[in-house]
Amino acid sequence: MRIATIGGGPGGLYASLLLKRSSPELEVVVFERNPRGATYGWGVVFSDRTLTSFREADYKSYVDITDHFVIWDAIDIRYKDSLVRAGGQVFSGISRRKLLDILTNRCTEVGVDVRFETEVVAENLDHDLVIAADGIYSATREARAEVFKPRVREGRARYIWFGTTLPLDSFTFIFHANDDGLFQVHAYPFDGTTSTFIVECSEETWRNAGLHEASEAESIAYCETLFAGDLRGSALMSNQSKWISFPTLKTKTWIDTPPGLVPIALLGDSAHTAHFSIGSGTKLAMEDAISLAKAFEERDAAGGDPEAARTALADYQMERKPIVERFQEAAQQSQSYFESTSRYQELEPEQFVFHLLTRSGRIDYGNLRQRDPFLIQDVDRKFAAGSGGSARAVVAPPPALVAFDLGGVRLDNRVVLSPVAAGSSLDGVIAGSDREMLASALGASAGLVLTDEVAVSARGRISPGDAGLYDDAQVESFKVLLDRGGRAGVRLNHAGARGATKPRSTGLDRPLDSDSWPLLAASPIAYGRNATPVALDDRTRAEILEDFATAARNAGRAGFDAVLVEMARGYLLGGFLSPLTNSRTDELGGDIEGRMRFPLEVFAVVRAEFGGPVGASICADDWQRGGTRVNDALALVAELREQGCALVEITAGFTTPRFTPHLDSYYLTVLSEQVRNESGVPALIGGAITTVDRINTLLGGARADLCILRWDP
Amino acid sequence: MHVGIGLPNSVPGTDARLLLDWARRAEGSPFASLGVVDRMRHDSHEPMSLLAAVAATTTRIDLVTMVVIGPLRRTPIFVREAATIQGISRGRLTLGLAVGARPDDYDALGERHEGRGHRLDEQLADLRDGFEELERGPHLLVGGGSDISLMRAARYADGYVHGGGPPRSFQRAADRATTAWIEAGRPGKPKLWAQAYFALGDDATIERGRSYMRDYYAFTGPFAAKITEGLLTTPQSIAQFVRGYAEAGCDHLVLLPAVAELEQHDRLATVMSS
Repeated sequence: MRIATIGGGPGGLYASLLLKRSSPELEVVVFERNPRGATYGWGVVFSDRTLTSFREADYKSYVDITDHFVIWDAIDIRYKDSLVRAGGQVFSGISRRKLLDILTNRCTEVGVDVRFETEVVAENLDHDLVIAADGIYSATREARAEVFKPRVREGRARYIWFGTTLPLDSFTFIFHANDDGLFQVHAYPFDGTTSTFIVECSEETWRNAGLHEASEAESIAYCETLFAGDLRGSALMSNQSKWISFPTLKTKTWIDTPPGLVPIALLGDSAHTAHFSIGSGTKLAMEDAISLAKAFEERDAAGGDPEAARTALADYQMERKPIVERFQEAAQQSQSYFESTSRYQELEPEQFVFHLLTRSGRIDYGNLRQRDPFLIQDVDRKFAAGSGGSARAVVAPPPALVAFDLGGVRLDNRVVLSPVAAGSSLDGVIAGSDREMLASALGASAGLVLTDEVAVSARGRISPGDAGLYDDAQVESFKVLLDRGGRAGVRLNHAGARGATKPRSTGLDRPLDSDSWPLLAASPIAYGRNATPVALDDRTRAEILEDFATAARNAGRAGFDAVLVEMARGYLLGGFLSPLTNSRTDELGGDIEGRMRFPLEVFAVVRAEFGGPVGASICADDWQRGGTRVNDALALVAELREQGCALVEITAGFTTPRFTPHLDSYYLTVLSEQVRNESGVPALIGGAITTVDRINTLLGGARADLCILRWDP
Repeated sequence: MHVGIGLPNSVPGTDARLLLDWARRAEGSPFASLGVVDRMRHDSHEPMSLLAAVAATTTRIDLVTMVVIGPLRRTPIFVREAATIQGISRGRLTLGLAVGARPDDYDALGERHEGRGHRLDEQLADLRDGFEELERGPHLLVGGGSDISLMRAARYADGYVHGGGPPRSFQRAADRATTAWIEAGRPGKPKLWAQAYFALGDDATIERGRSYMRDYYAFTGPFAAKITEGLLTTPQSIAQFVRGYAEAGCDHLVLLPAVAELEQHDRLATVMSS
């Protein structure tokens, strides 16, 4: 069997070396268009785990590589005037040039034919397999773009890759602001005398600084001045350095084995890229190489049986693609963190560092406590101090157990329970299993118990079995429950276009067959199969305000500690906020100013009538074309803050039934973090939270203030 | 966790009467359910009519489709078929639906592949309404791995049916299905169903099972080999697999046969009772 590898980077060389080594009968050739020793970039970083896999794959090159390593076990973060060190993070760096040298020599040693300054086209080759290791702009892949379906997304930040003679003893992040904006550095040592020094900033900052029209020398001069204090006299060195946006590449498939044409396997950057802030593309490419070679060995594919080779390629893709996709997801989270760092400049150094270290979702509070218990003690102490604890306290509870001041009401901890109602209430009076669930939640020592939707009027119910707060019997039944103790908040809701449906235990949004009632909404737009609602008019506008006012007073009489006004999930107020469901042309429609007018009126009324803290559930993104995005939510929350809003619950989707769900908790977290840190209003987040460790991670990283724990009594 | 057994209704060359013998035997064995698959091919037995016959032959065991390709069936007739099976079986039917993974199933009926998700949404809503007149409608399950499928299960169904794989992959899907359920405001928890293929016996029997798997999954091209490796072929691997699924929170696991011989039923029954 004859294999041709196009591209002599670390991934292509390593794959060729491993294939040839395990099956000496193979004929393997590497075509590299550049001369030997012509390389871009400075150093490459590997984690402990990657090194272990190198050792197992080819011991000899592993030893050569580790002989040239720089190893460190800490991450330093320079932020404002502080330096925080996070220990227990073992990484190693090596010069990219050295790595290529080692791999090229080892290839030659095992009998791979490495040809530099040779440019080839895959379709002209008569080999049995072509490994396309020719980088993100792979010509091999592009020639079959209709099969591989590459998609590239450009990052929003700009970065440039320098080297420096500054000796570092750790992976170092530097955050530094000047009049042009905020700059950050990712720096790490790699050969004892040199370190990689990547400077990154937002597009806006980049333009403010004039770097978009700066020459290479001018860019260096600018960065040297900016980071003079950190460089301590060391120079920045360029290697054809340019300011670029990070391109994230995804491909639909990595292998193509059509009859009559040469089979192609993508490897490394030609198949995928992931933001440099959580690991190098070199690491991914070399891991791809290990997987490909292993599949060949397992399937005995080197013998020349085309079927065995095809199966081996499928194994390679099935093993690696899901792993790389998860890595890309984490990299995306890390990338969007670095694109938003200006938002975190208000955070205390400990919280800032904790957020930075947990940015990709791969490290949580529990992992960090193991790696560096002292750092976590500081994080706990600072977090508790921010909520009235002493900054000098010898011990502090983890964030989830720190008390929270909800608009003057003290919650003992940050854990919220919100039992879902099955619809067992009678005429709005909470009863049956819903009552038992609520009682049991109130006895579970959570900081706060939030009810499911409670209707402000009989016609505001979602289903006939919903609880309400519009008559005295309803007030009384809640009061009996709440008098037993525990902090409780009520979600006040009018169902709008989602009203008059069968119980949710039998599915969502199924209209009642009988005993239905007319629906009211911003505009006559039906929610799924529900009846078409009537648009709110002057009379019903006054009635709804009165209903919310009465319900708010009743919430106080019943003994609720807080009220959350439901402005999301496609119900009445949520329907006003989105252009998908609000097509009004009067003062209650149009732009976001108009669309939020009525929800804000309601909020003001509730706030005036309820003695305690009032918050709102908001939809931070409709997740639907033509719907609201986070900017609309920020505009709403800014107004709510002016009205003294104590808390916002962050939700997304459900404005119409046709939204695209995102079940990975990251999507909601990133919205919560943005709303919270830009508005200053505390945020409540729920959904997929199943552990207290997760709550500690979210709170410690300033992504939320209260969390709904998934709870099964 | 309940464990059910599949009927080999899609194994080519299977005599329809063997399927009924199989069902009678399962009725007297420890299995909680009998499952069928749906494949638009001439040598595959049609699942709904088969379940009607099985319903008449049995009195205890639950009946489940794992899964029926909903958008290929005309809903009004489909509702009545299911209602009839539900009537004959006295409420033992669970209906699993999905859009299916094979474009050629759609081609075989001249149906469009595009818009299948939306058609399934409509069908699920219609099924719900259609079953309401029954004293006890069949439970509905939705299959599929995307977030859209999982939200579809949360919106319309009683639970989620996973397509197969190691316990870890089930666990990940089950977590997301539960998240969708909670986000949708559904009370309680989704019913979580899963499936896997088995073939027990001597090497020749196992090889026949593998060859069925390769053929059944041939539409995945070179990936069929890897999927075939997931075939459970020893009592030990079955015991471990069942335990892994139970620990991952599965409510009901159906083990589907890759070989259409009654002995397969007995071998699995022995494994499950030990």
